[in-house]
Amino acid sequence: MLSRRSILQSTAAIGAVAAFSGARAQAQRTQVTFWYGLGQPLGGILEQVVAGFNASQNQYQVNPVFRGQYPETMVAAIAAFRAGNAPHIVQMFEVGTATMMAARGAVMPVHQLATDTGVAIDPAAYLPGVRGYYSAPDGKLMSMPFNSSTSILYYNKETFRKAGLNPDQPPKTWREVREAAQKIKSANAAPIPYATAWPTWVHYENFSAIHNVPLATKVNGMAGMDAELRINSPLHVRHLQMLMDMQKDGTFKYGGRDNAGEAVFVSGEAAIITTSSGYRARALRETPGAPASVGFGYLPYHDDAVQAPLNSIIGGASLWVMTAPNRTKEEYKAVAEFFRHVSRPEIDSKWSQDTGYVPITLAGAERLKESKFWQENPGTDIPTLQLTRGTATDNSLGLRLGNMPQIRVIIQEEMERAFQGQQTAEQASNAMVTRGNQVLREFERANRS
Amino acid sequence: MRKRVIFNDKALPYLLLLPQVAITLIFFFWPAAQAVYFSTQIQDAFGLRSQFVWFENFGAILSDPNYLSSIRVTVVFSVSVTVLAIAPALLLSVMADKQIRGATTYKTLLIWPYAVAPAIAAVLWLFIFHPSVGLLGRFLVAIGVPWDYALNDAQALLLVVLASAWKQISYNFLFFLAGLQSIPRSVLEAAAIDGASQTRRFWTIVFPLLSPTTFFLLVVNLVYAFFDTFGTIHALTRGGPGTSTTTLIYRVYVDGRDNLNLGTSSAQSVVLMLFVIALTMIQFRYIERRVHY
Amino acid sequence: MLHERSWHAHLALVLGVAVFAFPIYMALNGSTWDAGTIGGGRMPLYPGAEAAANYGQAWFSGEGARAKGAPVSVMMINSFLMAVIITLGKVAISIISAYAVVFFAFPLRMFFFWMIFITLMLPVEVRIIPTYAVAANLGLIDSFAGLTVPLIASATATLLFRQFFLTIPDELVEASKIDGAGPLRFFWDTVLPLSRTNIAALCVILFIYGWNQYLWPLLITTSPEMETIVIGITKLVSTADAHTDWNLIMATTVLAMLPPVAVVILMQRWFVRGLIESEK
Repeated sequence: MLSRRSILQSTAAIGAVAAFSGARAQAQRTQVTFWYGLGQPLGGILEQVVAGFNASQNQYQVNPVFRGQYPETMVAAIAAFRAGNAPHIVQMFEVGTATMMAARGAVMPVHQLATDTGVAIDPAAYLPGVRGYYSAPDGKLMSMPFNSSTSILYYNKETFRKAGLNPDQPPKTWREVREAAQKIKSANAAPIPYATAWPTWVHYENFSAIHNVPLATKVNGMAGMDAELRINSPLHVRHLQMLMDMQKDGTFKYGGRDNAGEAVFVSGEAAIITTSSGYRARALRETPGAPASVGFGYLPYHDDAVQAPLNSIIGGASLWVMTAPNRTKEEYKAVAEFFRHVSRPEIDSKWSQDTGYVPITLAGAERLKESKFWQENPGTDIPTLQLTRGTATDNSLGLRLGNMPQIRVIIQEEMERAFQGQQTAEQASNAMVTRGNQVLREFERANRS
Repeated sequence: MRKRVIFNDKALPYLLLLPQVAITLIFFFWPAAQAVYFSTQIQDAFGLRSQFVWFENFGAILSDPNYLSSIRVTVVFSVSVTVLAIAPALLLSVMADKQIRGATTYKTLLIWPYAVAPAIAAVLWLFIFHPSVGLLGRFLVAIGVPWDYALNDAQALLLVVLASAWKQISYNFLFFLAGLQSIPRSVLEAAAIDGASQTRRFWTIVFPLLSPTTFFLLVVNLVYAFFDTFGTIHALTRGGPGTSTTTLIYRVYVDGRDNLNLGTSSAQSVVLMLFVIALTMIQFRYIERRVHY
Repeated sequence: MLHERSWHAHLALVLGVAVFAFPIYMALNGSTWDAGTIGGGRMPLYPGAEAAANYGQAWFSGEGARAKGAPVSVMMINSFLMAVIITLGKVAISIISAYAVVFFAFPLRMFFFWMIFITLMLPVEVRIIPTYAVAANLGLIDSFAGLTVPLIASATATLLFRQFFLTIPDELVEASKIDGAGPLRFFWDTVLPLSRTNIAALCVILFIYGWNQYLWPLLITTSPEMETIVIGITKLVSTADAHTDWNLIMATTVLAMLPPVAVVILMQRWFVRGLIESEK
């Protein structure tokens, strides 16, 4: 016969034992710190992925910490490295790749991590466009591909209808974009016919890739730090001139740097916008009349410059392994196991579905195709198809330019001056190249071994 | 000035000085020395490799047209802020100094903006001048002014100047008022009896008597415009469009933090330190004490 | 005699007050409407009905439809702690170092005085990146110590106290010595009570100084839990477009202005004194 008291006692005892063994398990688990730079809601989804890993085994524990946006995370990681306590893993935006890659001694390349820990990480599992972006010239994986996106076109079907355009036919070429914009303007269907976010990523980095023209020499910097910008080519100048003309005749509105331009599409003001595929969720949630009113298309191209546009390139971020003076082998092992976990096809495809990022593994993409997700959700296949179309050339592998964030700012500054009529398209393009090259030379000098 | 009667204790004075001196050494002198050291180095972001390059970083910034343009921006910005913050303050203080009813209430209502942070002042003005949200911004657009501070150099500069000056008027007001109140009434009344007009009295008697205050405020406002308006610019324009609102301090921040270029950022810091030292010297020649916390 | 034309004065002052108050009125007004009305450019000049919702949302969650920030309650506490630590820290270390310089004779006295004095020429803004590097090396990133300690050294406060201590008559020290009081006793029993007014005035100024810090917190804090309110607001605004959650931003702005403005208005006497004395 159990008295109430003894029941209480035994429950307490069981609780204590459980707590004790829990604490022991906790203590025995190898702890890994993971700094990430994704705000909500993406950050929360990322934490779920991490929680899934922690629950899937009992040897390792990854502790995710939000460190502000990408640039803040980068600065914090560098400061921490200098102070000798870098996190094990840091999520770094794609334009920081060159900086990280040059930081030999501060980072451990993923291929070396795989060799050292014996945890197989097969580069062939990843989409070529993704793999190439994060691999050394010899093809060895330097960082762990993770959240990747590419830029695509969104358009407002209702506005198209109002302007007498076919709502099921997104403009494919820049000529069609201009024509549509012209019609939208004359029909007064929307105050801003065309807008863009990520001015450099869309109009320089991806623009160069799909038109098969170099952004910079040396395979866009992937083959060496002595690369020089090539964005004052006739095609680049002509494209900038087109944007300037459109700005002048009121069919395009420059909406600011980075993703500042995104607001005008969801507000219904802009009829067409070019921005990240990761914008999908927001567009579907906030645009008036969505989801029916939101259409998707490929990034437009100049059909007289290229017959079949090439693959676009990715944006987003990858995961870097950082070193610290007292880092143990077990800790690196934990990192490798975590990487293996996030690249499992089912994790990858779920991540893509939940967030709007593209699947990064071939198997993950295959799963999405099979699961009918692409068919049932129009437009979700465009990023992946656009990333994998054609045969990649040196111009469409990706880019690896030192101090790229600074170069992006320079390009945007010169665009702003051009849009204000302070300089011609040619002057702006030349200024971008001169100033950008200076930054590249500084980087080369500072990182010469 | 020496005290005749003092304590003689061997260790105690050092102990009392210790916290202040420790913080001064660690967070003032060490970084200042670091700035000088880094300014002669080219270093990668992680500090893995660095090389000594003498004064190359200084050469680089001084030959960079964008650095020279940020000097220009800083001068235009600072002078505008100073004028715009001092002139209305002088007017208001002269008015508030008159023996009118409710003078104390006016005073209270005029000093509080001092407490508003520069960055918050920026947000307040943004809310008024935003082209599609703000009351005046929409008004300007409606009457056909192409108002878009995100893509117009002059408008962007105007907006940061307004937001920066607005908050500083209170400060200047208080000092002018204190200055005015220290002018003996008898002097003014004598002039009034002489039949000098009010305006004439102001310019011939009051304003010269205020000149120490005015000079002091000129320096303080310049220093404010130089150093304390980072928040305003960061919140409003982030230095753009182009580099039209990038002041020297903003550039130090961008080069050091965003561009991870310790060498040129430090060289800029050294230049600014020299500037502040020069400014302090000048100020000391005219006024005994100084201004910054 | 000087009363003539006083309506001029009233007019100018009323205008001045109006220019000052207008942005605040707009902010208050903005905090009472919903994001859609403001974003669509349709906000009227009279208050709406969303005040409770906006302030509640800002205070407890800080999350709007688009902007995601830390809750205002958290940021206010951070700002408050930062301001108070800086204020008390500055007053404490300045008053004792001024005491040492004025009331003791010891080797290197003037050397230390000048060392403190010269920091006037090194405002944090000009040496910002190296100071950040030093703080990073000391492991102070994202901590309250890192947020406050580098800002605590103050030459101005030291100079102010020194100035004041020099006016304390020698007879007081004399008398205290005859009573058998040591330097610490004299400090505690005589100097500190005499300095009350100065301390109060300085505290008001320093609180505002601390609360309004921007550049240093922007660099040194990286996690949302450490964010101060002034930084928090500008992060909400950073994608300044029509679809920002203006209602939340304005509610947050009003809350952020409240403490320093209240301090200035409620402690006006100390404030004016502190400002004029410490900076003349």
